[in-house]
Amino acid sequence: MRILNSTAGRLSRHRRGRLAGALLLLVGLVAAGGLYTAVMTPASAEKTQDLASQVEEGRKLFLVGCSTCHGTNGEGILTDRGNNLGPSLVGVGAAAVDFQVSTGRMPMAQPGAQAPRKDVVYSEEETAALAAYVATLGPGPAIPDESDYSIEGLDSEAQEAAIVRGGQLFLTNCTACHNFEGSGGAMPNGGYAPTVRGVDAKYIYEALLTGPQNMPSFSNGNLTPDQKRDIIAYINSLNESAGVGGFGMGSLGPVAEGLFAWIVGIGALVGFAVWIAAHTTRSNKKKVEA
Amino acid sequence: MSIDTSKVATSNSSAATAKKPGKAGAVANWADERLGLGTAMKKNLRKVFPDHWSFMLGEIALWSFVVLLLTGVFLTLWYHPSMAEVVYEGSYDPLRGVLMSDAMASTLHISFDVRGGVLMRQMHHWAAMIFIASMMVHLLRVYFTGAYRKPRELNWVIGCLLLLLGTLEGFTGYSLPDDLLSGTGIRAADGFMKSIPVVGTYLSFFLFGGEFPGDQIIPRLYMIHVLLIPGILLALIAAHMLLLVYHKHTQWPGPGRTEENVVGFPMLPVYAAKAGGFFFIVFGVTAIMGGLLSINPIWKYGPYDPTKVTAGSQPDWYMGWPDGALRIMPGWEFHLGGYSFALNVFLPIIVLPGLMFTILLLLPFIESWITGDKREHHLLERPRNAPTRTALMVSLMTFYGLMWAAGGNDIIAITLNSDINQITYFIRVAVFVGPAIAFWVTRRWCISLQRHDEAKLLHGYETGVIMRSPEGGYSERHLPISENAAYTLTARDRDVVWTPGSETDESGVAAPGGRLDGLRAKLSTLWFADNVQKPTAQELEEARHHAEHEHALTAALDGVAADGHQFDGHHAVEGESLRGS
Amino acid sequence: MSKEPTGPDTGSDNLPAEEPIPNPGLPSHTWRPTDIDEAAARRAERQIASMYLLSMLCVLGFVVTYFVADVGDNWDTILGLGASTVGLGVFLGLALLLIGAATIQWARKLMSDVEMVEMRHPARSSDEDREATLQALSSGAEDSGIARRPLIRNTLLASVGMLGVPAVVLLRDLGPTPGQAAEADYPGAGLEKTVWTPGMRVVRDVVGTPIRASDLEIGDLVNAQPEAIFPSEESGLPELHGAELLIAKSKAAVIVVRMEPETIIPGEGRDNWSVDGIVCYSKICTHVGCPISLYERTTHHLLCPCHQSTFDLSDSGRVVFGPAGRHLPQLPLAVDEEGFLVAQSDFTEPVGPTYWERDHKDIGDQGEADL
Repeated sequence: MRILNSTAGRLSRHRRGRLAGALLLLVGLVAAGGLYTAVMTPASAEKTQDLASQVEEGRKLFLVGCSTCHGTNGEGILTDRGNNLGPSLVGVGAAAVDFQVSTGRMPMAQPGAQAPRKDVVYSEEETAALAAYVATLGPGPAIPDESDYSIEGLDSEAQEAAIVRGGQLFLTNCTACHNFEGSGGAMPNGGYAPTVRGVDAKYIYEALLTGPQNMPSFSNGNLTPDQKRDIIAYINSLNESAGVGGFGMGSLGPVAEGLFAWIVGIGALVGFAVWIAAHTTRSNKKKVEA
Repeated sequence: MSIDTSKVATSNSSAATAKKPGKAGAVANWADERLGLGTAMKKNLRKVFPDHWSFMLGEIALWSFVVLLLTGVFLTLWYHPSMAEVVYEGSYDPLRGVLMSDAMASTLHISFDVRGGVLMRQMHHWAAMIFIASMMVHLLRVYFTGAYRKPRELNWVIGCLLLLLGTLEGFTGYSLPDDLLSGTGIRAADGFMKSIPVVGTYLSFFLFGGEFPGDQIIPRLYMIHVLLIPGILLALIAAHMLLLVYHKHTQWPGPGRTEENVVGFPMLPVYAAKAGGFFFIVFGVTAIMGGLLSINPIWKYGPYDPTKVTAGSQPDWYMGWPDGALRIMPGWEFHLGGYSFALNVFLPIIVLPGLMFTILLLLPFIESWITGDKREHHLLERPRNAPTRTALMVSLMTFYGLMWAAGGNDIIAITLNSDINQITYFIRVAVFVGPAIAFWVTRRWCISLQRHDEAKLLHGYETGVIMRSPEGGYSERHLPISENAAYTLTARDRDVVWTPGSETDESGVAAPGGRLDGLRAKLSTLWFADNVQKPTAQELEEARHHAEHEHALTAALDGVAADGHQFDGHHAVEGESLRGS
Repeated sequence: MSKEPTGPDTGSDNLPAEEPIPNPGLPSHTWRPTDIDEAAARRAERQIASMYLLSMLCVLGFVVTYFVADVGDNWDTILGLGASTVGLGVFLGLALLLIGAATIQWARKLMSDVEMVEMRHPARSSDEDREATLQALSSGAEDSGIARRPLIRNTLLASVGMLGVPAVVLLRDLGPTPGQAAEADYPGAGLEKTVWTPGMRVVRDVVGTPIRASDLEIGDLVNAQPEAIFPSEESGLPELHGAELLIAKSKAAVIVVRMEPETIIPGEGRDNWSVDGIVCYSKICTHVGCPISLYERTTHHLLCPCHQSTFDLSDSGRVVFGPAGRHLPQLPLAVDEEGFLVAQSDFTEPVGPTYWERDHKDIGDQGEADL
């Protein structure tokens, strides 16, 4: 059974951030920085890629792309009013960087509580370098390995049991914000919990582990790695299961259903009523009476 | 039935029924000798119904109710109304081994192990949504056309009761699968009951057989859903239809249509075919929706567990507006003498719906009290010709719609990228301001349309032909509307403002004035204020004389090239060419 | 056919002026192509009949789908949708729609469409009928002597009225009163109590494992339960089932969050209710009782998905937005000798929505956090 990873690589390609203009500017700046870094880095160093040079490369990228908000040493910057411009990254670990940067959330177009998913700015090597650098700031969760979030290794019975367990954990811990089918939901003051459907298993795992933005974290002391794996297995089973009842209408629950009842149901039936009562074509000829 | 076939004569297709006494005749004779069907059906078989699309809206409700009965019976064959704790062992993998109530397990069984089970569940649910929606659309049609006026006030009351019972029926049925979403709804209902002063906790404990949720609520709701309310619904629908037959259907005014007659097509065969066909249409649309559109996917919600919840927890649409009222209500709760007053729950969910329903029920009586109109009405009024009535309902609809939007504020927030807090603040104000604005705008709009009608009557319609006078002035050419159209526009009552003492009893003595006479007279004045009355014969005569004079000035245009007659939609164009001869 | 409303009940005498335009009467009938052209009629006939035929084919399709498409744990799919549901629904729907459309088309095209006129009658009965009915009623009343024997009439009315009493009394056993429920012998019985007891461990929902305080990181959210819901052998607690389990869950569910200890503004007398920044609140909304766990780690706000009441968990569960009228009850936390989170006591106030007698039987410090 192919429960996992079937959706990898088809994420977010067509998503356009709502702040595309500002983002473009940022992409330009970052690209300039990236180009600068690329030009300045000796080609031979890329090949060797030992940890120290990776960290060093990450630090350079960080200084160009991240330090404006997170501080030159990742210590975070407070605004005059005491809010975080960017929070401290000490101890967030490589997993947080991988999640935020690989899903395009960082760098943000502007500071704020909600980091929308958008086009990815950094390449995989650059992201890895950033993650390696931030991991040196303080001990934090590492980027998970595929075996952490995949149930491929289990036999089919254990996989099924994992999905059942994951479903119960999902309904308990996740649906409150992310909706029963992971379609996402509204949060206070304009915030929202994004959809988790079609999201790469690795990123779900990292999000659970690190609690990005306003999401509470589900660290390993909270939900064990196996429990996180089961939740991901359940979400993937949602992606792959047949639409037993037909089109889901966005899987938003009764509001969407009510809308369809009115527009499709009442709309079609009133249309039929108009047709039934409408007068048919008339002829101006007279009927020849027998 | 071949009774009275002799009168099925105007049908130009060959009569489908046997003319010679054959088997059918023998059966009819057998039945008639025992039931007297001949007399009973003599009048009704060819009963005349007027034809208009808006007269079929109630039929949608009727037929979707039939669909509900049919699909509902199917579901009862497998459904277990029991909260006994079972371990699900059915076909749906992600829930196998999970503890749930028998009700939920049997609903899953219907969904996954009974072929067509999902279809029937979904048809039942869609039909329920359409049932209530069509009752509301039907109610609006009846209201906006004034069809609830004497002698039909009681049928209005029955209709309102049907709407109320339909809503309760929907809520009880929605709760039966005992899934997470419906269980959350029941839990909220428990909170609603507990907010009722003095008796709240007792009501809750009696309904649930103890503390929420207990193990009684599902069987009790089941009994209410499949027996109690459907029984009352059936009786009320029968009464509704009998009154319809007795009063005969209302009709739109027009040439040949008066308060004393009804013009249309006979029950047999035309309406039997149209209404019967519409039943299949309603059934068919429900089936296609049930087959293609997923509704209430309980397997994704999972079994009810009082510790779980999902984002987007909403009731079905018809419960959405009081839910919206709950959402926008400020957290008013006060404590007095050792007792709690949960106004934040009690006002929006118990008092407000009761108040709205009472207003709805009383609308015909309020209107006839204000207008002093005690006549029978069988001709419908166009909404524009009763501006205050129309505006009143639009105002109520605005209120309803805003509450409804509030009930989906979280879904609005995520689909439109907005902020639930701001939406809530906005609607808190808008529910008071919106209906007032809607009332005023609708009323003025109606009066403008009345003015437009009057202009058409007195000065004719606008041809779109611009003429230049020898002096160089431009004007649009108006032509009189047809006699039939003109009659239809004038076929309405003149508004009569009620004045104290205008009522007389049977012997012609003025009725004694009541204490509220002053208020009533004032309201009646306001009710009709600024309405445009149809012209009198004299006014029409003068206007037409004036038009003839104008027309004489442009007579030279008639019959020559492009005089504007041909293509204005008021005349047949066949045989007329652009270049007149 | 009368042209103007002149009947006794239409009140035409109110009209101030004569009608401006006389009723022109029904327009003359115009014929449809199918009425005058036999070929058109035959075409329509064929069209209608073929719709009926197609409907039959759809029923065949329905039956085929019924037996061919699999349900159960491995659905056949069409475009990712369940083939059985889609196939059955579409075939059934088309079969029905075609019958409906054909029948209506028959009425529109081929049945007579000459409008008929039927006269109305006032809804009221004629004066003679009224007279006769009144006569019959009074004869009946006279024969029964109901007017002459008020004693019988009054006692009859009273005795029938009294029959309402058994009807109401019979419903008494629908359920226990709140007072009786509070004295029942299941754990945490009554609106004022839950299954939490001093020293009871806080365990994770679904899996039932106890929570070590040191395991939680800042920003963590745990949807938790009392150990009584997931009794282990060592705890010696009885296993709950059925209604008892649901009742216990519906009151005792909690959420545990860990935040920076300095962000907590402890309520009066709540200084030692948290453990190292870990606080525990009832999961049951004080508005109408939805379970809430929509937690924002940076603002410490908890949102209810049902009606958007928002509570501040760093500030004794104070209401910051929405229709809830009361703060969220807090469960005082401690750690046991093994380092696991335990409750210091039951909730100090009733959890869940407000009810009439709530203050009356108050058991704790309710309300102070609203200030």
